[in-house]
Amino acid sequence: MSNFITEITPNRPVYTDNDPQGDLTTLNLGPTHPATHGVFQNVLQMDGERIVSGVSTIGYIHRAFEKIAEHRPFYQITPLTDRLNYCSSPINNMGWHMTVEKLLGVEMPKRVDYLRVIVMELSRITDHLICNGILGVDTGAFSGFLYLMEEREHIYEIFEEICGARLTTNIGRIGGFERDFNDIAFAKIEKFLAKFPPILKEFETLFNRNRIFIERTSGVGAVDPETAMNYSWSGPILRATGVDYDVRVNEPYSSYQDFDFEIPVGTTGDVYDRFILRNEEMWQSLRIIEQAMEKLKKEPKGVFHADVPEFYLPPKEQVYNNMEALIYHFKIVMGEVDTPKTEVYHAVEGGNGELGFYLINDGGRTPYRLHFRRPSFINYQMYAPMSRGMLLSDAIINMSSLNVIAGELDA
Amino acid sequence: MGKISNQQLIEKLSTQFGEKITSLSEPFGLLTFEVAVEDIHEVLGLLKNDSILKFNFLTDITAVHYPEKEKALAVVYHLHSFVNNVRVRIKVFVPVSNPTVPTATSLWEGANWMERETFDFYGIQFSGHPNLVRILNVDDMTVFPMRKEYALEDPNRVDKKDFFFGR
Repeated sequence: MSNFITEITPNRPVYTDNDPQGDLTTLNLGPTHPATHGVFQNVLQMDGERIVSGVSTIGYIHRAFEKIAEHRPFYQITPLTDRLNYCSSPINNMGWHMTVEKLLGVEMPKRVDYLRVIVMELSRITDHLICNGILGVDTGAFSGFLYLMEEREHIYEIFEEICGARLTTNIGRIGGFERDFNDIAFAKIEKFLAKFPPILKEFETLFNRNRIFIERTSGVGAVDPETAMNYSWSGPILRATGVDYDVRVNEPYSSYQDFDFEIPVGTTGDVYDRFILRNEEMWQSLRIIEQAMEKLKKEPKGVFHADVPEFYLPPKEQVYNNMEALIYHFKIVMGEVDTPKTEVYHAVEGGNGELGFYLINDGGRTPYRLHFRRPSFINYQMYAPMSRGMLLSDAIINMSSLNVIAGELDA
Repeated sequence: MGKISNQQLIEKLSTQFGEKITSLSEPFGLLTFEVAVEDIHEVLGLLKNDSILKFNFLTDITAVHYPEKEKALAVVYHLHSFVNNVRVRIKVFVPVSNPTVPTATSLWEGANWMERETFDFYGIQFSGHPNLVRILNVDDMTVFPMRKEYALEDPNRVDKKDFFFGR
């Protein structure tokens, strides 16, 4: 059963005209409602417990990243991308590095590609863990969330070992990584690969065939593929409707073509499908990480960046003792490096969908224009129109399963 | 990559639109061209509904400001054909004095917020848009902040001027 009414135009306020009797209640859901997991405001017109219409207000944490990016050299933009989808910062970081590398025409060694794949897939798991864990909480099942949060903690410890940070990672550099993964990091990844599958299995056992959970989620927020594509949806929520679009397969980046994995798709596009699909994607991510760990064994040890001295900062001790390194260091920091005057669009499969970077370069220190194609922003615009006719409690779990992250929504 | 090469795409587009398509280029393999503002709606509609090309996914709409150009504002569309796995980029240039572009919301519902965002930051008037109001900035803002005349920081500050960096 689909609760989604298509004929009403979205985003048009319907505060008064629909309600000559004054029977409807206006309900402010947000901006800081605990059930919305972020700063989202929706002004809802309620008929009892049913939503008649809604208007989304966004922009509460808008930080003008696109404007700031026009005033920062390329390497200083990476910390800005951290704060887009802060549940999977490394994917944003890598996406940005790859955009600049595409612009500069820099090829990465295979080992760097595989290390990046490990980092990106780990952060995809953290992203999906949060989303599915929170979905459990919103449907009234708190325990699943607690199991998963412990595992997310372990992934954050891996990130900490690689780059020193946990949430806003600023991981890697343009041209590779800032340092090689150390043995502790590899040991932690191995440990995670061994410990995580039984926990994910247990989580699935708690939910997948749970009658209460199924009745709570199935049929809620069902979307057909045509509507989803018409609204430019991408990522897990698009795949849950049955469209097999994944940037990792359609336009492989960072050597994803070397890996053997599947793109799960759903059928009805409802909350239950999205939940199952995200779980399945975590299994696929694990497969990819295992393959990457195998592949790494065949690659030469100690390679963690491309050999591009004009773009990649030299080690500090060389800067102090070596003329050439000093020159490159100066040129990179001062923005003296020649860059092609052209434009580039690069997309990666983020936690929520196609995360695109549209970069126009005029050869200066900073981008002439940088636009982020943010999946949360584009996915969220269907929320208000699809909430019409829903029960309030269904609208809440529908929002959790869209996995809209406020930082990415508002940029 | 895609099932249709850019060469085939160019041939197909030039037979269909002829002179309407200008400034063809392929930065990093992504076919880019310009279209006049009168033709943009027709071109987008044909690209979307063409039975072979099937550019039925609107990836993104954004704008760029080139203050030195006569038509200073560029609206940039990224379209994607899932079936053929190929992307295309379309640009429309409009002057600051009359930045009106027909809306794409009649073709894609998803264009709604993308156009609102573009309006919010660049002041592009999308004619026919159902609800063209600010989306990320505050409602009572009077300027379009992503235009190049609005400096990010205090314009009197000199320590970040380009000439300190040899430019």
